[in-house]
Amino acid sequence: MSTFAPPIVEPTFDTAGVWSLPSRGKVGMASLIVAESAIFTIFVVAYLYYLGKSLSGPTPRQVLEVPIFYTFCLLSSSLTIHYAGKSLERDKKRAFLGLWLLTIVLGGLFMFGTAREWYRLIYEHGLTIATNLFGTTYYSLVGLHAFHVTAGLIMLSIVLAFSLAGRVTPRHFGRIDVLALYWHFVDAVWVVVFTVVYVIGR
Amino acid sequence: MASDAVAISRTEVEDRPWVDTLHEWVTTVDHKRIGLLYILFALVFLVIAGLEALVIRIQLMYPHNDFVSPQVFNRMFTMHGTTMIFFFAMPILFGFGNYLVPLMIGARDMAFPRLNAFSFWLSALGGFLLYFSFLGGSGLYGAGSAPDVGWWAYAPLTARAFSPGSSTDYWTIAVLVSGFGSIGTAVNLIATILCMRCPGMTLGRMPLLSWLYLTMSGLALIGITPLSAAQLMLLVDRYLGGHFFDTQAGGSATLWMHFFWIFGHPEVYILVIPAFAFMSEIIPVFSRKPIFGYPVMVAATVCIAFVSMSVWAHHMFTIGMNSYANSFFAITTMAVGVPTGIKIFNWLGTMWGGRIQFKTPMLFAIAFLFQFLIAGLTGIIQAAVPFDWQLSLSYFVVAHFHYVIVGGILFAIFAAFYYWYPKVTGRMLSERLGTLHFWLFVIGFHLTFDPMHFAGLLGMPRRIYTFEPGRGWDAINLIVSIGAFIQAVGILVFVANLILSYWKGARAGNDPWDAWTLEWLTSSPPPAYNFASIPTIASRRPLWDLKHPEDPDSRYE
Repeated sequence: MSTFAPPIVEPTFDTAGVWSLPSRGKVGMASLIVAESAIFTIFVVAYLYYLGKSLSGPTPRQVLEVPIFYTFCLLSSSLTIHYAGKSLERDKKRAFLGLWLLTIVLGGLFMFGTAREWYRLIYEHGLTIATNLFGTTYYSLVGLHAFHVTAGLIMLSIVLAFSLAGRVTPRHFGRIDVLALYWHFVDAVWVVVFTVVYVIGR
Repeated sequence: MASDAVAISRTEVEDRPWVDTLHEWVTTVDHKRIGLLYILFALVFLVIAGLEALVIRIQLMYPHNDFVSPQVFNRMFTMHGTTMIFFFAMPILFGFGNYLVPLMIGARDMAFPRLNAFSFWLSALGGFLLYFSFLGGSGLYGAGSAPDVGWWAYAPLTARAFSPGSSTDYWTIAVLVSGFGSIGTAVNLIATILCMRCPGMTLGRMPLLSWLYLTMSGLALIGITPLSAAQLMLLVDRYLGGHFFDTQAGGSATLWMHFFWIFGHPEVYILVIPAFAFMSEIIPVFSRKPIFGYPVMVAATVCIAFVSMSVWAHHMFTIGMNSYANSFFAITTMAVGVPTGIKIFNWLGTMWGGRIQFKTPMLFAIAFLFQFLIAGLTGIIQAAVPFDWQLSLSYFVVAHFHYVIVGGILFAIFAAFYYWYPKVTGRMLSERLGTLHFWLFVIGFHLTFDPMHFAGLLGMPRRIYTFEPGRGWDAINLIVSIGAFIQAVGILVFVANLILSYWKGARAGNDPWDAWTLEWLTSSPPPAYNFASIPTIASRRPLWDLKHPEDPDSRYE
């Protein structure tokens, strides 16, 4: 038998004669999201388990303010990135660029909100990661999420640089879609973190 | 004709400067080379961790022995456990997966070749960091230091106050980094299996090995990540003054146990499912029968993966959970035995009425069946909570999990080596040395791990540094240590076989075992592109169809 063997059987397919498989980018990103969800779950469990178990103050009720505006920013960025992708698919380059930029601005605003909140907590209330259990779990959980937003913003900015150079075409829609999947995940995690930290946690 | 072409290209490679060859291997993104790197890396760590086991066994050979100090003894069992799990078992199983999965599903490479290389080098970095701790564990002055907190590193022993110096940090970061590598490879395997199959290979026609690696990778995504999260928390505690596991500030040591075992128990199945995968390929070929109950095997595997997510606290019966939690985890633990039993029955059903060929891979496979069954039974014994209260932290537990990992997983890995070595190198492993290796290892294994059960029943605690004479443990420990050395000789024979056969072994040809899966279609060793033209298949045994056009499997599907 030769190494360079021909196909073993004549290609015959039951399903309309087309052999199609899922996109590896999407499957890969979905798998990564599953893994990331497990990491976040453990941090959320730790947060909930330690609610009210701090031996000293400050407590969440004393110092946390609900970041409604910045939450609105982050959640809207899911919409803008979705429509940015749609625009790219239909080859509307200007609309894509505008919406993509808007997504980055909204994500950046959210990070600005987190930075202001942390500044206030550290300098006005003296709450650091070493202060008490609340500080440890709060900065870890919110920080882990902020780290993911930052990673997303870096990737979005790389795409922005490429598209300003005119290198992003409808051909790249599949890849943009994979990145959008990650961004939606980061937004969805915020819904959980928001609920746990600012609703249940207060 | 084709093998000549391959031979010529091989001599060309050998004529080039060795730096070029090294550069090629370091920068490779070829799934076969990365698979081999994983396997070689793992074999190095097998030998290192095996030597650590021998130090432990020499120390415990006689009562009141002082071959090593208690401090060194603690380091030895910590490093032995950590190395065997994270830097031998995980990488070698990922290595086989890397090498075999694309070949068996008729693909030219993994879905993400560069991610593949990145994942391997992360694991390699982890292994390097873990062993660098011998030099840098207490700063560069503290030569001879290493992690000594046990492989599960319970809090609060890992807190700065109780583990000063950097050795625990090396442990944490090494495990964290290798965990990221494992997640990368798991993502890659899933994407490869779902998105790279050759035409005609529906999910129901995949070789069982692919199915089992798919399940194992899915389990790795949700099984390994909790440990990564817990390691991040430990790093926050140790470097930033956090209080996750700091009982002085209201933190909980029990939470670490939960997080560790939420990883720790699925980990056992992450390791054993690939072992099942090897069995499911090897047993049919050497029984000359297709696998018995393919759909049930798949269902049982997925079922094991699901149930294994909810059994973790059976490692924690002695910490004082309430009776509802105890009952829940006892029941789930017993339940996981059901799909496992189904698998054993299906392998037996495959052998039943087959023309069994007792080649070395099959010898290891048969030993696997017996030993894995006993390992499972002692596991179910310990699922009974009151019994576990007596035996937890005794040598009975040590005997049980070594029966799983050595008697089950390691035997399956040996079977896989003997089965696929001809494909990887183009040479057969020596059957004579293989048989010698098998018998030495079987005898050594049983001498080591059978008496350990009795040591445990007689009350010998695990991780004990030394013991008083006259407690009934003396003879047992001597036998156990002798068995360990017989296993070591077996490993030497195995390594000698790997090396000698590479040059002296008989030529293998494409398909030495008359097997049925796609990796045997291409040359041995396979060319970089695997298949000159991507095959198209119509049944679960494409090579059977090719060899028996008058009676193809596809007719019955």
